[in-house]
Amino acid sequence: MMGNKESFIVVDKVSFSYTGEPGAKEETALDQVSLTIEAGEFVAIVGHNGSGKSTLAKHLNGLLLPTGGDVWVAGMNTKDEHHRWDIRQIVGMVFQNPDNQIVAATVEEDVAFGPENLGLPTELIRSRVDEALAVVGMSEYAEAPPHSLSGGQKQRVAIAGVIAMRPRCLVLDEPTAMLDPVGRREVMETISRLNEEEGITVVLITHFMDEAVKAHRVLVMDEGRIVREGQPAAVFQEIDLLRELRLDVPPVIELASRLRAKSLALPEAILTVDEMVTALCQLRSGV
Amino acid sequence: MVPVATFRHITIGQYIPGESLLHRLDPRTKILVTLLLVVGLFFIDTYLGYGLAALYIALAIFRSGIPPRFLFRGLRPVIIIILLTFMLNSFMTEGEILWQWGFLTLTKEGLSKGGMLAIRLILLIVGTSILTLTTSPLALTDGLESLLRPGKRIGIPAHELAMMMTIALRFIPTLLEETEKIMKAQMARGADFESGNLLQRARSLLPLLVPLFVSAFRRADELAVAMEARCYRGGEGRTKLKQLAFHTADFLVLAGSGCFVLWLALTM
Ligand SMILES: Nc1ncnc2c1ncn2[C@@H]1O[C@H](COP(=O)(O)OP(=O)(O)OP(=O)(O)O)[C@@H](O)[C@H]1O
Ligand SMILES: [Mg+2]
Repeated sequence: MMGNKESFIVVDKVSFSYTGEPGAKEETALDQVSLTIEAGEFVAIVGHNGSGKSTLAKHLNGLLLPTGGDVWVAGMNTKDEHHRWDIRQIVGMVFQNPDNQIVAATVEEDVAFGPENLGLPTELIRSRVDEALAVVGMSEYAEAPPHSLSGGQKQRVAIAGVIAMRPRCLVLDEPTAMLDPVGRREVMETISRLNEEEGITVVLITHFMDEAVKAHRVLVMDEGRIVREGQPAAVFQEIDLLRELRLDVPPVIELASRLRAKSLALPEAILTVDEMVTALCQLRSGV
Repeated sequence: MVPVATFRHITIGQYIPGESLLHRLDPRTKILVTLLLVVGLFFIDTYLGYGLAALYIALAIFRSGIPPRFLFRGLRPVIIIILLTFMLNSFMTEGEILWQWGFLTLTKEGLSKGGMLAIRLILLIVGTSILTLTTSPLALTDGLESLLRPGKRIGIPAHELAMMMTIALRFIPTLLEETEKIMKAQMARGADFESGNLLQRARSLLPLLVPLFVSAFRRADELAVAMEARCYRGGEGRTKLKQLAFHTADFLVLAGSGCFVLWLALTM
């Protein structure tokens, strides 16, 4: 397959090993991974530690190049040197530790870092910075030094720094792992808004199943391979599989499954507390 | 329990924000004038000359709106050096003897020379403090980068130096915070950073420095990846959010101060 170029991102039988020797089995971080992502999608990737999520993420914008196979972004191969910077502009990345991705000593200078690298004219940088800060709700902190912000605020600044480059896709590698619940909510709301209102494609890597549930599609990774793929409602019903892969089962789904075991007639697609409440109320009124 | 310094709201440099004429000048203007003043002060060798230079600096302080105590604060750490310079010169110079006690002889020439050197040091420190007090470290970095850019042809890595300064400014508070955290963690396990002789104290720093270094390297690694992901590829073809621009005031200050300092240096 010469890259199905109609799709926005195509990962075609990608293998990768950090030592450069694809032969050694235990060294393989990615093993023949194939996947396509359509423009505007919200995809979540879950999997236990070391399953290859970050490695896959870094392939989506050419930070890592496949040892075998190809990655295509908007019809461009990430191995093609001429397109390297176009691809990095189209696919922005946000990392886990907000402290280690903020470059400049004030918020607005940091958000300007990407556009500055693109060589945009000063006035355009200004408008992009103001816009990006407004989108993540950090306008009033434009002049603040990053170390004075909370974790959630820093991560929103990091997102603004990527948004200011006008990417079509945002890849977030455990962006909430180091945040408190308030920060997590701030960041998740920002991500959802970017996907729904700005139409930005989102690839979210996360350890939190309640975040993955919000995606259109969930990929489950294990030992460098994608072992399940589907809508959250379907994937999260496979409680035994999740357990086997050492993943948390979202509490609501766990509860639903136990209630079903007690032969309560609950529908299959219960993912959130709200859905559970609705389903239970319907059951009661039905009785 | 030993109190641990809190670094949370640290400010780097001595910058005092303001809206004065001096604050609004282009950083390059201020750097150039300061440089000129520093060099000029070495050529002045009359008390009248130093008086005029002092007057000029006093005027700048007045226009900057910075409370003078901040300028004297900068002098405090070097007061010993200034006194020592004064004493050494006063007693070690040959000439008309004013006072003698044992092998110590105070001469008229010595007093004059020592006084002049002391004044020169004070003016140097106060003069350069005006620059750092009215210019934010960021603006200072931008100014230096812009001034050094022509030196690229002779191998001065202007952009790289400025990038290093920017990243240092960004990460010093983060690393200080981390130091504090590690210190508290080690102290909770009974580490003692305060007592013992020099060698013991140096050794007690080891459990602090090792994790700090490990983490700093990890940070550097991650930062490099994040910068690449944001299309950083060196200074080539890069633009800036804040473009430096000379205004009328800059030209006036440059020309005026330039002529005045030059005149002082050549005639006084
Ligand atoms: N820089 C590296 N050098 C060598 N091996 C690495 C490197 N980074 C990751 N690996 C290895 O590659 C495999 C996949 O790692 P990866 O970081 O992609 O996993 P992950 O799913 O992101 O895990 P986590 O949930 O801990 O972030 C692991 O076995 C890991 O040890
Ligand atoms: Mg990871």
